[in-house]
Amino acid sequence: MLRVFIADDEAPARERLKELLADLATEVPTELAGEAANGLETIERLPASGAQVLLLDIEMPGMRGLEVARHLAGLESAPGVVFITAHDRHAVEAFELNALDYLMKPVRAERLAAALKKAGSAGPPAPERLAQAATQAREYLSVIERHRIVLVPVRDIVYLRAEMKYVTLRTRAGEHLIEEPLVALEREFARVFVRVHRNCLVARDAVRGFERALGGEDEPHWNVVLDGLAERLPVSRRQWAEVRLLAKDA
Amino acid sequence: MSIKQNFTADALPDFRNLGVVARILLGVNALAFAAVLVAEPGWSAALERFVLVAAKLEPSLALALVVLYALSPALAHLRYWQGGAAVVAIALAVSGALHAAIAGLTGDAAAGLLRTLALAAIAALLLLAYLRLLTRAYSPALAEARLQALQSRIRPHFLFNSLNAVLSLIRRDPRRAERALEDLAELFRALMQDNRQFVPLADEIALLERYASLEQLRLGDRLKVDWTLQDAPRDALMPPMVLQPILENAVYHGVEPGTGEGRIGVTIERRGARVLARIDNPYIEEHAQRAGNRMALENIRERLQLFFDAEARIERRVVGDRHVVEIEMPYRTLRTLRTARS
Repeated sequence: MLRVFIADDEAPARERLKELLADLATEVPTELAGEAANGLETIERLPASGAQVLLLDIEMPGMRGLEVARHLAGLESAPGVVFITAHDRHAVEAFELNALDYLMKPVRAERLAAALKKAGSAGPPAPERLAQAATQAREYLSVIERHRIVLVPVRDIVYLRAEMKYVTLRTRAGEHLIEEPLVALEREFARVFVRVHRNCLVARDAVRGFERALGGEDEPHWNVVLDGLAERLPVSRRQWAEVRLLAKDA
Repeated sequence: MSIKQNFTADALPDFRNLGVVARILLGVNALAFAAVLVAEPGWSAALERFVLVAAKLEPSLALALVVLYALSPALAHLRYWQGGAAVVAIALAVSGALHAAIAGLTGDAAAGLLRTLALAAIAALLLLAYLRLLTRAYSPALAEARLQALQSRIRPHFLFNSLNAVLSLIRRDPRRAERALEDLAELFRALMQDNRQFVPLADEIALLERYASLEQLRLGDRLKVDWTLQDAPRDALMPPMVLQPILENAVYHGVEPGTGEGRIGVTIERRGARVLARIDNPYIEEHAQRAGNRMALENIRERLQLFFDAEARIERRVVGDRHVVEIEMPYRTLRTLRTARS
């Protein structure tokens, strides 16, 4: 029995998929692991559902399908994913390019059967391929806590700092550790964050000003004064030329 | 009722039209001035010469225009080349007669008559060619081609999702599936119809309702449409498929991206000699930045202009958390169009 999770914002579309799964019962025995009507609901419900395959509509409100898949990929028991789209040519191109499985609406029973078999055996898609297929930056970063996905809105993040193999993600409310390379984050969120130091990205909106740090054992340098956090972040001499421009905008 | 009018590109200009008369006056004088400039080396000499030329030129020009004004209805019945020949003949006759009259006064013989006639013929032919180019540029044929290019399209996204929704109904509720397919068929018939014809507002409203019921099928409780149509002048004539794309935009940008209930308001009413249509939907900022929305509006704006010229307008704005599109157009009915025509 393959455990299948259905995520689509249109009730008739979910009904249709359930009908097709029932029709295919002898060829591909499945059971329904759960359903969700938008992206955030999927993130919330899927981890505990024990789903092995996710049928994921990509045009959903709340969070778009591709981003949902990227957050789920961090799960220990991440499901195989079959994307479903009515007509998104760009998305289809990206899926083809990155060898991700997808179906077009209206979905045909035989295609669904083939996709289920493939996704069931191939397991979850590689995070790198999902990242490459994404056309937009994510709205959230995610942290896996036991069997739960904690989403942190990107706009709440004050800074990201690389330490050893992790990146510390700092919001005004607290901090989390994520396992993503700082360089990739810098590239994806170039519009939101600015690099102030070899190991640190700061949200452009959170920069309130700069102050000169003198003496101590360090060389004299500039510090970023943050909005809503007492902490100061050092600006490296290399980044100062670019970062100082923010002071003028602010 | 088509925007096609009773003239084709190859028609003589309307000599009773002020614009045409002004163009002829200016054109002939410009030609004369150019000729004088070529003949005389200096500015002042040229100006003096022009005054002399004008003294001869203006009377024949004025007389020719009066004759053309008087004969205009008769000329309109001729084929283009016959009419053109008639215009040239009129120019020749008028300038020849005046030349003879002036020659009679001054006692000067028929000297220069041929020259005058040749100049008149050249001027007449050049102006005819210019006015023909002008009518071509603004011809209804071009407007029609433009309209055809502006044929509106429904988003494939909507088509495939609707078909999918109908498929889901076939087993559970075959009757509703039938109705949905009928709605879809009518929507596509409207889309593929000739968009150069005026349609009554009643048809457009029926189309809006069919479209809304299809979207309701897909979106269920998420879509609420508040209709205010009791004061809608259902006999008003308008270009087809003007309101449906706006409602489609409202659903696509205002309801689909939201997880909760989205309300759309549709108000159509008559205010004196104007028809006012207003469609508003929740404004979802991130979604508004995506392209596609403006294009549909530009398309409608251009079609309204081709049908109503400057008398119609379309406007989009954001009022608080609502996105509003407003269309205003003149209240025309089959009856008012007929009386205007005859």
